[in-house]
Amino acid sequence: MSDPRLFGVLAEFASAEQLLVAVARARTETNHAVLEAYSPLPIEGLVEALGARGRDRIPFWMLLGGIVGGAGTFALEWYSAVWNYPINVGGRPTGSWPAFLPPAIEMSVLGAAIFGVIAMLISNGLPRWHHPLFAVKSFDRVTNDRFYLLVRAADPDFNAHRAREFLQTLTPLAIEEVPV
Amino acid sequence: MAAQMHADPTATFILDAGETYASVTNNVSAITLHRRFGRLWLAGFTLALLFALLLTFGIGWLFAVGVGIWGLNIPVAWGFAIANYVWWIAIGMGGTFISAALYLTRRDWRNSLNRYAETMTVFAVSVSGIFPILHLGRPWFFYWLFPYPDVMNVWPQWRSSLEWDFFAIVAYLLVSILYWYVGMIPDLATLRDRAPTLARARFYGFLALGWRGEARHWRRFETLSLLLAGLAVPLVFSVHSMVALDFSEGLVPGWHSTIFPPFFVAGALFSGFAMVLALGIPMRNAFHLQPYITERHLVNMAKMLLAVGLVVDYSYLSEIFTTFYSMDPYEVALTKNRLFGSYAWVFWGTILFNVVLIQLLWVPRIQANPRALLAISLGVLFGMWLERFMLIVTSLYRDFVPSSWGMFYPTFWDIAFLAGSVGLFFVMYLSFVRLLPVVSMFELRKLVRKRPEEPA
Repeated sequence: MSDPRLFGVLAEFASAEQLLVAVARARTETNHAVLEAYSPLPIEGLVEALGARGRDRIPFWMLLGGIVGGAGTFALEWYSAVWNYPINVGGRPTGSWPAFLPPAIEMSVLGAAIFGVIAMLISNGLPRWHHPLFAVKSFDRVTNDRFYLLVRAADPDFNAHRAREFLQTLTPLAIEEVPV
Repeated sequence: MAAQMHADPTATFILDAGETYASVTNNVSAITLHRRFGRLWLAGFTLALLFALLLTFGIGWLFAVGVGIWGLNIPVAWGFAIANYVWWIAIGMGGTFISAALYLTRRDWRNSLNRYAETMTVFAVSVSGIFPILHLGRPWFFYWLFPYPDVMNVWPQWRSSLEWDFFAIVAYLLVSILYWYVGMIPDLATLRDRAPTLARARFYGFLALGWRGEARHWRRFETLSLLLAGLAVPLVFSVHSMVALDFSEGLVPGWHSTIFPPFFVAGALFSGFAMVLALGIPMRNAFHLQPYITERHLVNMAKMLLAVGLVVDYSYLSEIFTTFYSMDPYEVALTKNRLFGSYAWVFWGTILFNVVLIQLLWVPRIQANPRALLAISLGVLFGMWLERFMLIVTSLYRDFVPSSWGMFYPTFWDIAFLAGSVGLFFVMYLSFVRLLPVVSMFELRKLVRKRPEEPA
């Protein structure tokens, strides 16, 4: 039974260790499928504790960006110097590939960086300047010194009352309902 | 148990035991959000702005009259502009190296330095890029360097190191900006959440892109940071090697040398580390950042400066040695001119600052003395500028044929462009310290968490 007016129920913690414990307990003791954790610093093992499936695709996109940048630049050099406007300088080969490598290397780094940043932003759903959590006044400490566990209302089994009761057992600093 | 997992002997000394997540956030964000910038800042900014205006006026004058306003002529057709360019882009290298290489090698103390070091990189590379364009002679055609299908059906010369250099600068500038900005997003979100006025919250909120610290977001962010750092280190080496190839692809004695790429990279790191010290020491004092930029940071930086300086000194020595070992008459003549000719004072000045002065850094008391380090790093910056000037001018002023020998004398505008570029850099840097977080808060929080006992 999900509540259409509710985005989720949010519990606030004081430390990364408490958040990790809370996430682990929420995973084992309840059947909430949609859990989200928020923290002011990256916490190793938190994503695994949340049971996120799949790996992030950023390395793949960066590899692709590097190939596009490098091979694209090399192809452009080859096209312009060998096919489009070959210049015969004392019979030297027009396809002087070693001299084509430096720009190709620089552009493969640039391509990888641009693809990586775009992949990070898109897969994180950023930029997103408004989000229901920003309506919670106390949530602004997520960029300072507080750690949060969110039980999302999107879950078909979600029950605001039960979620609140469970979160209470984790002894958080505060519990808030997050309106949509 | 968690304490043991994260206990790292090197991390415990960096932050004071009293530091918490909140104290880090409060202290660093207060510099941007609540600090009243006094007369000193205003005086510095005004001075920098005046010099930047001088540069602007100089550029206008250069567009109107041409590169003849500089002391350039044949045979010395490369002068201050190229020296300034190499000097500035080299300074940028140090920032990237500190941020990225020390991240990859997990030197945690770099977490206090990386933000301003990366900022220094972005601004130094931006300033450096102005000079090769102005030096083109017809700077308004600079876009001819870019391969595009133009009506003349002419392409760039891909075999020229000058063309490689264009690609290197573009890639380096854009990658540095991306690396710097992405690394700042979580801190911009902190400023957004703590901004005292709505207008400022909107400003930082816009830049923070809606960052809210979700666990999966953090993981992707960390993956990207790691990979960008892994790309940035080889990029530093490749970019400054390209700069070196601008010289060594030429046939001029004193330039045509295979040692140049590694020699230039060492010189770049040397001047970059010096600039990191020269910016960090006054900033640390002015903003009371001693809890974050500690004595240990200064000592480590001093040691790195010394280490890389010794590599530079070795390059000087090996260059002179190979000249006489090769017995090439032109190389020998060049080296004699360098050491004892009209510009001998430039060579010996370089030796004084880059070889003699840095030997002071062996002394532990000096390694920990901010004033002494500031003086030495300014000396190194000056010495490295002299080195570039020496490399360019002494190689050109007497080449193969005595009929084409001639001197280079800087004009007022040569000096004005150099001073103006310093002014432009400080206009940007002083704006940065007011508008953006000067120390990476989320990375300091990592250090807080890594301490043996986690604060409740």
